[in-house]
Amino acid sequence: MAVEERWVINLMEPGHTGCAGCGQAIAARLVLKAAGPRVIVANATGCLEVYTTTYPRSSWEVPWIHSLFENAAAVAAGMEVTLKAMGRYEGIKIIAQAGDGGTADIGIGCISGMFERGHDILYVCYDNEGYMNTGYQRSGLTPLRARTTTSPPGRLSYGNRTRKKNMPMIAVAHGVPYVATATVSEPRDLMRKVQRALEIEGPKYLHILVPCVPGWGYESELTVELARLAVETNLFPLFEVENGVIARVKKPKEARPVEDYLRPQRRFAHLFQPGGEEVLEELRRIAEENSRLEPGPARLFGPGAPE
Amino acid sequence: MSAILEGSKAVAESVRLCRPNLVCAYPITPQTHIVEELAGMVADGRLEAGFVLAESEFGAASIVLGGSAVGGRTYTATSSQGLLLMVEVIFNIAGLRLPVVMTCANRAVSAPINIWNDQQDAVSIRDSGWIQLYVEDNQEALDTHIQAFRIAEELMIPVMVCMDGYVLTHTMEPVDLPTQEDVDSFLPPYEPKYRLDPDDPFTMGAMVGPDAYMETRYHVHMDMMEARSVIARVAEEYAEAFGRHHGGLIETYDLEGADVVLVSMGSLLGTMREAVDELREEGLKVGLLKVRCFRPFPKEAIHDALMGVGIVGVIEKDISLGLEGTLCSEMRAAFCGEESPEISSFIMGLGGRDITVEEIKQIAWDLARNPACRVEFRGLREELLRGDEG
Repeated sequence: MAVEERWVINLMEPGHTGCAGCGQAIAARLVLKAAGPRVIVANATGCLEVYTTTYPRSSWEVPWIHSLFENAAAVAAGMEVTLKAMGRYEGIKIIAQAGDGGTADIGIGCISGMFERGHDILYVCYDNEGYMNTGYQRSGLTPLRARTTTSPPGRLSYGNRTRKKNMPMIAVAHGVPYVATATVSEPRDLMRKVQRALEIEGPKYLHILVPCVPGWGYESELTVELARLAVETNLFPLFEVENGVIARVKKPKEARPVEDYLRPQRRFAHLFQPGGEEVLEELRRIAEENSRLEPGPARLFGPGAPE
Repeated sequence: MSAILEGSKAVAESVRLCRPNLVCAYPITPQTHIVEELAGMVADGRLEAGFVLAESEFGAASIVLGGSAVGGRTYTATSSQGLLLMVEVIFNIAGLRLPVVMTCANRAVSAPINIWNDQQDAVSIRDSGWIQLYVEDNQEALDTHIQAFRIAEELMIPVMVCMDGYVLTHTMEPVDLPTQEDVDSFLPPYEPKYRLDPDDPFTMGAMVGPDAYMETRYHVHMDMMEARSVIARVAEEYAEAFGRHHGGLIETYDLEGADVVLVSMGSLLGTMREAVDELREEGLKVGLLKVRCFRPFPKEAIHDALMGVGIVGVIEKDISLGLEGTLCSEMRAAFCGEESPEISSFIMGLGGRDITVEEIKQIAWDLARNPACRVEFRGLREELLRGDEG
């Protein structure tokens, strides 16, 4: 049997100006590959928009719109309702996509509205844990103790003071029928989740961890390896929530120490200086909390969660 | 069909007759009645359109943007703070060349918070690339929305219909409602020049650098300039089809032989017409110029209408703080490099303060006695300025 067409074609073409080793470019290409050509994409402002559509070139083989930083979910909602009203929606899937800042910070109002109204949209967050397009500033999804240009370690600081905002659970709390996390070291898992999401009527939320070479500070050949280590250290758990129930958790066979993930990244280099041990312990606790994620009714995990 | 309708209801009926594919808004006083009416029409099946209650005005503007990008006829309405919250999207809609139509129920801008009428909201976003049409009464509001969709879709430029909050939105007036058949023949279904469609993919909203950005802005500007003839033509065609003409870009009243011409936008013109009639009877030759289209600014039409007039008073419900009334500044531009009438700026009616026939007449008399160009607030409460109260 011939190889399925979707494995061969790229709907997000190469030749763009993304960094060598860009995790987001890998993820976005996989999302489109899984979704197929009958999609319309609403893209937020950010790296992905800039490096794929520098006029007069475009990487997109699907209809694609960029409006603003914080409104991809709302633009997508307008497309969905209008296409339905015009009788042109049949066979079309709508994807809204943004980075972590465009999702968890500035865009969260529009996303909340889209979720609450129940639009038939797959929302994809490409989480590289900071405002990388503007030079590695901290976002609400920057991990605890990471160095960014606006959360620098110093005499009185060990970097970012806050934990990642729990976007998947925020989506679950809206009653979003399908919520999942994924990363680029598991391409088949990522594509399966996109396809699963697109089978479901209503809003869907897919949160993809995408390593960022310059922002995280690592060698460009390590992108996939770092994504794998994020999962294997339990710092980024892979799971799916369907109708409020954690349906599947993809657990590492054997959890690795968090240092394996942190050490290759310059944004965590200060944790391996004298005095860093206490801070490393905080990160171990987060990994340990994540490791307890099990199938069953979705409940809050992370800060404030019951033991 | 004639009916006595509240301004908001007249607008809602007009929008319904235009058969939008998407109506989306967020409630704000004094826009609410328009959207409530449309919600009722959707609920009872009189209007078959996508209807979205957004989480904010920012969201509402973004939603109509998306609907327009896939080729739908889209409508929203807002006011004041809501319009300001939309501003980022407002510029984006115009830059993407999407023919959205919006009603702005004009209202004062905070702080201090004030829900009553002036025109500071819409005037403040004059540079966004939207056509702005100001209406005088409920009939003009109704008729102008039908024209607005025609103009927007022909030019791929969004249109904002500005109507004074409360003064029009909450006031009952007799209006003539066109038939669906007549509106359908005046406003055919929207055939977008481009739309997001998987059968013909294209990229909308690309990143444009210094090598091409200016050209895109130039194109929008030139098309805005061209829009002046389209707006005037559509008003003529509307008059042929429906028998009503409210002015294309401007309208004049009693301009013949006028020594003093008073200028304004919106519902105040009704009061001003009365003042002019009385002044003429009292022996002062006063005329009126109504600016219906504020963007694109009808420089030539204004220039030609005021040729030979010595004294002009611009009465407006907005101010560019630190300068003068904005319409007044732009009136001056119409005479750039030529002998200009004395053009004075009168700021009135901010935050809903009433403007009376007597006050308008007083301005005309004052200008006749002393034509010197000046900026004045009229109707200020002296006791508050002195700090005696409040």
